[in-house]
Amino acid sequence: MPKLKGGSSLWIGGGLVAFAILVAVFAPWIALTDPVMAANLMNAEIPPDWEYPFGTDAQGRDIYSRIVYGARVSLTVGIASQICNSLIGVTLGLTAGYWGGWWDDVVSGLTNLMLAIPSLVFALAIMAILGPGLFSLVVALGLTSWSFSCRIARAQVLSLKSQGYIQAARILGYSDLRIMFTQVLPNILGPLIVIATLGMGGAILSEAALSFLGLGIRPPFPSWGSMLAEARDQIRTVPWLSVFPGLAIFFTVLGLNLLGDGLRDILDPQSTTRRG
Amino acid sequence: MADMLLSLDDLAVHFKVGNALAGGVKTLKAVDGVTLDIKPGECLGLVGESGCGKSTLALAIMGLLPPTRGTIDVGGQQIGRGTMPDRMEMARTVQMVFQDPYASLNPRQTVRRTLADPLRIHGITDKAEVEARVIDMMAKVGLRPEQADRYPHEFSGGQRQRIGIARALILKPKLVLCDEPVSALDVSIRAQIINLLLELKDELGLSYIMISHDLGVVEHVSDRVAVMYLGRIVEQGGWQEIFEDPRHPYTRALIAAIPDPFHRAAISAQAKAKGEIASALNPPPGCHFHPRCPLKADLCVAEYPPLDAVAAGHRAACHFRDRVI
Repeated sequence: MPKLKGGSSLWIGGGLVAFAILVAVFAPWIALTDPVMAANLMNAEIPPDWEYPFGTDAQGRDIYSRIVYGARVSLTVGIASQICNSLIGVTLGLTAGYWGGWWDDVVSGLTNLMLAIPSLVFALAIMAILGPGLFSLVVALGLTSWSFSCRIARAQVLSLKSQGYIQAARILGYSDLRIMFTQVLPNILGPLIVIATLGMGGAILSEAALSFLGLGIRPPFPSWGSMLAEARDQIRTVPWLSVFPGLAIFFTVLGLNLLGDGLRDILDPQSTTRRG
Repeated sequence: MADMLLSLDDLAVHFKVGNALAGGVKTLKAVDGVTLDIKPGECLGLVGESGCGKSTLALAIMGLLPPTRGTIDVGGQQIGRGTMPDRMEMARTVQMVFQDPYASLNPRQTVRRTLADPLRIHGITDKAEVEARVIDMMAKVGLRPEQADRYPHEFSGGQRQRIGIARALILKPKLVLCDEPVSALDVSIRAQIINLLLELKDELGLSYIMISHDLGVVEHVSDRVAVMYLGRIVEQGGWQEIFEDPRHPYTRALIAAIPDPFHRAAISAQAKAKGEIASALNPPPGCHFHPRCPLKADLCVAEYPPLDAVAAGHRAACHFRDRVI
C-alpha cells in the first residue's frame, strides 16, 4: 500500500475542510429547523439535549441549525475573499518581480503600506462605507490582505528570473505576459496555494470579528461571528450559545491551517517528500 | 562587413554596483570594448576563466542586456545603446544553448510543449506542421518520438541537453551561442554532445559561438578562438595559431593548464599564471594581466597594449607579442 504523502496534517486538515464544505453545501438537508424562521420563545435557551443537540438561543432557534447555515457564510467569505486576495497579490507580485524598476518600487511600497495598516482596521473602514452584508464582507476582506501573496509571488519570481528556461523563453520571442503565465506562474503555484489556504483561515476569523462587531452579517441571519456577538452577554449563564459557534470557527480554521501545512510539505521544492 | 553574420563593434556592458549612500557607486566593466566578427558557417571559440565577462557578452549578443557602448550587428539588425532589437526577428536569427541542463528546461512542460510553443508563437498554426517539425527536431538531436510527452525530470543530463539543443534549433536560427554546453555534464557524455553539435552544424549550416573555460572543448570544435580576460579580448586568431603559437602570456597560461599526461606541449610551468583573476570592479592599471604575468615590465603597468596583428588574422594585446618563448 502506498504511503500517504503529506503526512497526517494534510489528511486531518483536508478532512475537516471537506467536512465543513459538505455541511455548507448540504445545509438544507442537514439542518433540523429553519435557522431564522423557527424562532419560538417557548423554547428559548434550552441546554443541549436530543431534540436540540447544541441547545437553543434566546429566541428559541436551534443553534445546531444556525451553525450549519453559518458555515455557508464563513466559507463563502473565506474562499471568495481569498480568491480576490490571491488574484490581486499574484498579479502585482508577478509583474513587480518580473518587470522590476519603478513598477516594483510602486508595488513594494503599496505592499509595505498594506502591511503597516492592520488589515482588520482597513476592512472595518471599508465595511463602514459599504454597510453590512455578505458582498461587503467579501470586498472588504478581499481587498485588504493580499500583501502576503504579493510578497511571496514577487520573491519567487526574483529567484526564478535568472533560471535558464526563463531566459530561453525570452530568447525564443515569448511575450512578457506569456512568460509570466506559462513559464513563471506554474512553477511558483505551490507556495501560493499554501498561502491562500492559510489566508482562508484568516479571512474566516476576520469575518467572525467583523460580524462580532456588528459590521458583518445582519441579524437575524446566522454567521458564526454574529452568533458569538449575540452570545456575548450570556457567556456565563448560557454557555452553549458561544461554545458551539466558537468550536465551529476553531475547527474550520484549524483544518485550513493543517491543510496549508500539509500542502506545503508536498509542494515546497525544498521538501524531501516531493515527487520526482 | 556586410556578409558577416554577427559583428560586435567596441561593445561594452557596464553595471552600476553598490549604494550611493554606503561606499559609493562603482562601475563594473563586465565587457569593455569587444570587437568580433562571425562569418556564416564559422565556429568561434570564446575562452576565459570565470568572471572574465563571457556570459555577460553572451546575454548582450542575445539582446537581453543593453550595451553601454558600441553596437551589435546580428543578421541585419543593429543593437546599440538605446536601440533594442525586434525580439521575434532576433529569435529566428540567434539562439542559445545553456550551461545547466537542469535549470534551463521548464520543469512543468513536456518536451512537446517546449518545442511546439515557440513555433506557434512564430506564427506556425498548422497542427500537422508543428507536430512534424517537433518530431523531426527530436530525431535530429537523437530523441525518440515517444519521449515527446515526458517531463524534463524523466531525462538524464545528457538527454536534457539534447532537448536544450532542440529548443535552440527549432526556429532554424543561423547562429547558435553555446554557453558552456557540456561543462555541467558527465565526462562520458561530453563527447556525444559535442559531436552532436558538430553534426548539426554541418547538416543545418549553422554558426556557433562556443563559450567555454575548457580549451580542450574549444580546440576540438572551433575554427577561430578568442581569449577573454577581464572584459576584453586579449588574443584572437585561427585555432591552430592560438594553440601552436600563442602570443599572449594569458593564452599560454591557459594552454599550460590543459592536463597533458604525455608532456607533448613544450610550454613550461613557468608560463602558468600566478594568483587569481583580478576584480572587474577594480582592474589593475595598464595591462589588466600584469599582476599575474611572467613577462611583466614597467610598460605593462603604464599602458594597456593595443590588440595588434601578429600575423594575418592573428591579433594579441601584449606589449611583447613578438617575443617568442
